[in-house]
Amino acid sequence: MSEQITQAAPPAPAGVDAPPGVIKRMLGGSAGRNLGLVIALAVLIAVGAITAGDRFASLDNVITIIRFASIIGVISIGMTFVITAGGIDLSVGSVMGLSTVVASLAAVQLASTQTSWLLMVVIALAVGTLAGFVNGIVIAYGKVVAFMATLAMLVGARGLAELISNRSTQIVNNQDFLGFFRSDLLGLPILIWIFLVVAIAGWIVLNRTTFGRRTVAVGGNPEASRLAGIKVKRHMVYIYMIAGLTSGVAAVMMLGRTTAGTATHGTLYELDAIAAVVVGGTLLIGGRGTIVGTVLGVLIFSTLTNVFTQNNLSTSVQNVAKGVIIVAAVLLQQRFASRGSRGK
Amino acid sequence: MITVDHSAALLEVRGLRKSFAGVKALQGVDLTVRAGEVHCVLGQNGAGKSTLIKTLSGAYQPDSGAIFWQGEPVTIGGPVAALQLGIATMYQELDVVDGLTIAENVFLGHEQATGGLLHVASANARTQEILARLGHSEISPRTEVGQLSAANKQIVSMARALSRDTKLIIMDEPSAVLDSHEVENLFRVVEELTMQGIAVVYISHRLAEIRRIGDRITVIKDGKTMATGLSVADTPTPDLIRLMTGHEVANVFPTAGPVPADAPVVLSCDALGVRGIFRNVSLEVRAGEIVGFAGLVGSGRSEILEAIYGARRSTSGTVTVNGTVLRPGSVDAAVRAGIGLSPEERKSQGLILDEPIFKNVTLSSFARFARGGFLREGTEREAAREQIEALELRPADPDLATRSLSGGNQQKILLARWLVHGTAVLLLDEPTRGVDVGARAEIYALIRRLAAAGTAIIVVSSEIDEVLGLADRVLVISDGDVLTTTNSSEIDEPGVLDLVMRGSAA
Repeated sequence: MSEQITQAAPPAPAGVDAPPGVIKRMLGGSAGRNLGLVIALAVLIAVGAITAGDRFASLDNVITIIRFASIIGVISIGMTFVITAGGIDLSVGSVMGLSTVVASLAAVQLASTQTSWLLMVVIALAVGTLAGFVNGIVIAYGKVVAFMATLAMLVGARGLAELISNRSTQIVNNQDFLGFFRSDLLGLPILIWIFLVVAIAGWIVLNRTTFGRRTVAVGGNPEASRLAGIKVKRHMVYIYMIAGLTSGVAAVMMLGRTTAGTATHGTLYELDAIAAVVVGGTLLIGGRGTIVGTVLGVLIFSTLTNVFTQNNLSTSVQNVAKGVIIVAAVLLQQRFASRGSRGK
Repeated sequence: MITVDHSAALLEVRGLRKSFAGVKALQGVDLTVRAGEVHCVLGQNGAGKSTLIKTLSGAYQPDSGAIFWQGEPVTIGGPVAALQLGIATMYQELDVVDGLTIAENVFLGHEQATGGLLHVASANARTQEILARLGHSEISPRTEVGQLSAANKQIVSMARALSRDTKLIIMDEPSAVLDSHEVENLFRVVEELTMQGIAVVYISHRLAEIRRIGDRITVIKDGKTMATGLSVADTPTPDLIRLMTGHEVANVFPTAGPVPADAPVVLSCDALGVRGIFRNVSLEVRAGEIVGFAGLVGSGRSEILEAIYGARRSTSGTVTVNGTVLRPGSVDAAVRAGIGLSPEERKSQGLILDEPIFKNVTLSSFARFARGGFLREGTEREAAREQIEALELRPADPDLATRSLSGGNQQKILLARWLVHGTAVLLLDEPTRGVDVGARAEIYALIRRLAAAGTAIIVVSSEIDEVLGLADRVLVISDGDVLTTTNSSEIDEPGVLDLVMRGSAA
């Protein structure tokens, strides 16, 4: 778990001897794993700065990278909860697409009353959460394997979005809404602020609340959790609702960025989100999750894309590199996992 | 009754030793098996029977000791090496593949093929022959194994052994999964096999079965051979039980006075039942009383605990705690009413092994320490530390990963969990499984102390002496029926075994 980061005593000032045990524990624990991710990110940044020079190493480009990461980042925070609890959600991308379609249609139909954009946001969040609720019920109470239940939702939600939208794109022209998403706050775009808020909220919930403790416990050993009196099924429903909710938030961000709702939004986002979460250090079998790792994982992929784009390399080359990174990260993770199981 | 040459030793094992991470599973096992005999290996749970089987079938390598096969010293390097020698093993959890046909299962691993193409027809024909040899010509070799009963899966497992040139079949508690008429059939098959000169090593703790089909007996206890080559016909049951249990074990059970007659009834079950598993269980446990369930594996004793706890939905009867009738099938209701369970499988059902000790201790109560949904780990850690000290849990570091602890200390975590939570009733399923002798005495003393503090306790154990030593009252359970309820001072271990065996034979 990532809480050691804040629990560990404030880092000893340089030159002061820290007890070797503490350093060892930090390197073996989540801080050590996150350090590995920071190093990977630093290497990518160095490669970018060397190969693309100022085009890469400008403040504008840094903001572009984070902005690019923000939508998939929000989805990945929800995915972190699902995977930590021992589940998987393949439907996040198409649920996001469905949310953009329903919300933009509602906005168009309700015309441009002054408050309608708030309603649009609420509808997007509600559609996402409802889809997550359905996933959760089917998985926890219907006892359908999560992989299949959410695969069905992936296909079904995409189809529903096409049906509702009649495969056409709805343009959102509420100027208040678009203006809000075009604005900056303290020099940072709104999309980045949303990502930041969701990530911090996710960190607090996972590491500091009873809900987070239940999530880790259920993922670590569902049977022991059940026999200790935790309502495992109900909790799993909440978990999938969180994934749906973050898909809804991502849908609002997508509407703000592209000004359009369409059934094709979010295609393959589920794979990017799962990759970011697992590369970040959350165990795919559940029982250990790290929000900080997920954020770093998302940033690594987004930086990678940027470096490749700046160097005019094709997306095919990017995808090969992504594949290699995912395998390398999972191999490393297994090394850590087997070391961890032998005790500290 | 057997005409094969009895004098030749097919398999001889001398001084076999095997340790796992310092735990001595086998510490000197001797065994001689002759061709064509049924050699029974008798021993309590944890005596080392499974380790012995796994060593003979090549799954484990012994640390020291010698194995002779038909007079030649051999090393059994792996499961394939064992099969090549002619040793086949029928495990308790049958290792058949449900999705394949009987013939495919029988020839699994040594398929008949030319250039990768299977000879389906000849495999079917040979399987048919083998099934006929086993007295089951009515079963088609093309049947998918998933559709077979446990008894017939066992036949498939035996057919697989016969499809190779097998001279010795090890059967690990083969009757545990069978009904009584199926057991009869098993015995017939075993007789067939021995007539053909094949030796059978028969593992069981059902004395009645051993009397029925065994030729000779080897008794092991605590990883050592206590006696070998005993004749089934000439060895009286009390002798066997004494060898199995060993009365030289010092009395590790704490003594306690009688439970006061005016102690309030905390837990009561009225005609509790789960359809098809157990029925009509009525009992009352008073504050400060320890009640034990004695019975064999599969008797229903663990299922009764699960039903009381709501982990298994009861289909009839009620559970009442301090006057509150519990909702069936709700763990949450049971925990809120004040019941705690320490489950049978500590690692898979009780603990989150990669989480620190303190989080396992507070797994049932962390929400109570929290404020407005926010955890207060400092308070939690303190509460855990108090219990760690009170229970002398070692090492006494609340942040240590639970996985690294010994069985006894992991058991203490489960006791600590319910002490922190506060319970009126404690259900302990196999509280000393995998716990070494020294730590056992400590766990026993702890359980007695909890009772003295007013907790109502139910203990389930497959070790009958443990149930008798610990409990004030004992329920003897067999095949889902409570055979008798008695004060533990009024019954002894042979008495319980006698009841259980008569009960299960009926």
